[in-house]
Amino acid sequence: MLAIQMQGIVKRFGSLLANDHVHFELAEGEIHALLGENGAGKTTLMRILYGLYRPDEGEIRVKGQSVVIRSPKDAIQAGIGMVTQHFTLVPTLTVAENVVLGGAGALLDPRRMQADVRAASQRYGIPVKPDALVRQLSVGEQQRVEILKALARNARVLILDEPTAVLVPQEVEVLFEALNRLRKEGLSVIFISHKLYEVMAVCDRITVLRDGRLVGTVEKSATNQTDLARMMVGRESFGVARQGERAQGEVLLRIENLSARGKKGLTALDNISLEVQAGEILGIAGVSGNGQSELSQVLEGMLKPSSGKVSVGGKDVTAASPGALAEAGVGRIPEDRHASVVAELSVAENLVLDQLEAFTRGGSLDRAAIRKNAEKLIGEYQIKAGPDDHTRTLSGGNMQKVLLARSLSRSPRVVIAAEPTRGLDVGATDYVRARLLEQRSRGAAVLLISEDLDEILALADRIAVIYEGRIMGVLGARDATVEQLGLMMSGTPLERLAETMEAGHA
Amino acid sequence: METFLIGLIAATLRVATPLIFGTLGELFSERAGVLNLGIEGTMFLGAFVGFSVASLSGSLWLGFFAAVLAGMLSGVLMSLLTVRLGVNQHVSGLGITLLWTGISLFGFRLIFGEPSIPPSIDPFKALTPFGQTPVLGPIFEQHILTYVSLLLIPLVWWVIRRTRFGLDIRAVGENPEAADAAGLDVYRIRTLALMIGGGLMAAGGAFLSLAQLGAFTYGIIAGRGWVCIALIIFANWEAAGVLWGALIFGGVASLQLRLQTMGFKLPYELFLALPYLVTILALMIAGRNVSAPASLLKAYRRE
Repeated sequence: MLAIQMQGIVKRFGSLLANDHVHFELAEGEIHALLGENGAGKTTLMRILYGLYRPDEGEIRVKGQSVVIRSPKDAIQAGIGMVTQHFTLVPTLTVAENVVLGGAGALLDPRRMQADVRAASQRYGIPVKPDALVRQLSVGEQQRVEILKALARNARVLILDEPTAVLVPQEVEVLFEALNRLRKEGLSVIFISHKLYEVMAVCDRITVLRDGRLVGTVEKSATNQTDLARMMVGRESFGVARQGERAQGEVLLRIENLSARGKKGLTALDNISLEVQAGEILGIAGVSGNGQSELSQVLEGMLKPSSGKVSVGGKDVTAASPGALAEAGVGRIPEDRHASVVAELSVAENLVLDQLEAFTRGGSLDRAAIRKNAEKLIGEYQIKAGPDDHTRTLSGGNMQKVLLARSLSRSPRVVIAAEPTRGLDVGATDYVRARLLEQRSRGAAVLLISEDLDEILALADRIAVIYEGRIMGVLGARDATVEQLGLMMSGTPLERLAETMEAGHA
Repeated sequence: METFLIGLIAATLRVATPLIFGTLGELFSERAGVLNLGIEGTMFLGAFVGFSVASLSGSLWLGFFAAVLAGMLSGVLMSLLTVRLGVNQHVSGLGITLLWTGISLFGFRLIFGEPSIPPSIDPFKALTPFGQTPVLGPIFEQHILTYVSLLLIPLVWWVIRRTRFGLDIRAVGENPEAADAAGLDVYRIRTLALMIGGGLMAAGGAFLSLAQLGAFTYGIIAGRGWVCIALIIFANWEAAGVLWGALIFGGVASLQLRLQTMGFKLPYELFLALPYLVTILALMIAGRNVSAPASLLKAYRRE
């Protein structure tokens, strides 16, 4: 029996064809992966199924019955629940209030609501605290609330949009166990992902999308990771990784006992000490929100540390301004690329924005030199845009290339790269990674802050794990395993790693 | 001294009444995510409609309910602008205040012309539930609408905290995406909240013309709507806080009237400014740890 059939689904956003006549079938009691790269149209297809988008063409059938899903309300009525990447929880409400939201009786009885939620949580083996406020919960707990919320509304089909992106490896195990239990209860799960090993670990069937089109649906038993990768990216080789050993170089970036406070005045960085040598990439791994943003802000001169010292090539640059840092040889690839270009200015203007003095003659801007500089960098960095194009019209990948060109063209001695490939497609990702490796072989010291563990493992020579603003330890990338990193990312310091892992095996 | 205090307490309740109505109205709007700066104009409209209908029909209650209805319609207009069309909430609210001020003054002239003696009606009589009992008797010699406003405080708390509708309002004001994904109709809930809010604001205005003055004048609201905007922050968007805020403001306003008559050698404007100074002070102290509904001022659009 088919739980869901989607036939000939078409969705356009302006000139972009996000779904091009996509067919998708979901059986009852199966975990079905929807696999594809960023921008392949997976999320769009599922948002259509959940009523968040209206399809331009196509038909949806639930248990063989043709249905029109205009809103999430219709989807919920049809037994479809969705856990989106950005949780749709209300932080100031309790867990129980969030679970009943949209499905409560006219009057609220907090005690009964909490008892109901506790019962559901036990039945499905999904642990939550019914009376806690959602804003006090960890990301993994919030995700469990989302799943419970869907189940409380009698969902028989559960859509999970990249559920593991925000979880540490141990939490992923808990999630997979819960999904297996749901399958035993006869529920169907759609698992959106671009991680091959996860898909192979938990799913029964896999549907692959590429550039908005269906590539195919395969049984797990009849495929393997290599085949899936080929279907997903349309080519076998993908990924850029470091080659060869790093040279022992002088320490170019030194961070000593650095502490800083974040937005809410809470300690975001707690006594961090790190060194990055010339010719190496030091990766900072961790689950998002553990101090990575504040670390890059301090190193970019956007946040004043509360104590500690930062030096570049022996020169003290603690609490220096962004301009002074650039002067000292720091090139930055900031976390939020949209906040780092001026969208209304042209590409050529953005390319010289942080070195306007060099392009000023007799008090006015030297337009000819700015244009020449732009033409050179556009060619060198393969930016698909003209010098006079407004930067806001650029894709994420091209915008990132503008930022790369701007900071790397000055051959910085230290490169701070924060989430340099977030949201980019495979081509642009490979390009950015290749450029970072080029900086490494050129002899720059590269600090790579990334939530993408695969990226860290592919590029970094050494890996430092950050957790709640503290460094849990630094590992050589060749010896590091995903299990070790996962434990450290969830708060086990390096020196306690061995005993924790032994206890786990015992 | 005793009569002074009793008089002061009685006056405080009287002054606080329109503020309680208005601030509870603002509470519904802002909890749902809409700052309604139309409050000043909506109170003015309520005072005008209440007075006119009561004066023409001879029924105070008919006037009162007509005012509430007008306030609810004002909420619909605010919803049309800010919820449906997504217009900036500051601009929409100020526009509505200007609109209702103009329409009310114009309507008043159309109906009553410009007589040399301003028209008046017999206002609501004060109730005396404690009769001639000392202390309680004079303190609770209040209009029925004052009792209504006091009863509204626990009622609003209950609606916001203990009903599904209240949960829906809190959800759309904090995280409309989440509410939408949960199958709630964000537009409908915000519109209903604005209608209830508008009705309560207009009731506050109608209290002034139908109970306190028995007349309608140009300066009848005199910035009380703006005071409500401050009080809702002081109250941290909680019903109980509204009571304390309105009582503090009402208390100081009543006190300054009495101080003026005591012959201090100070300009009277200073006394007039006192309640507002206290409001600013209270906000400086209490307003530091408040948290506004997270989606206040943000129009909701599905991606």
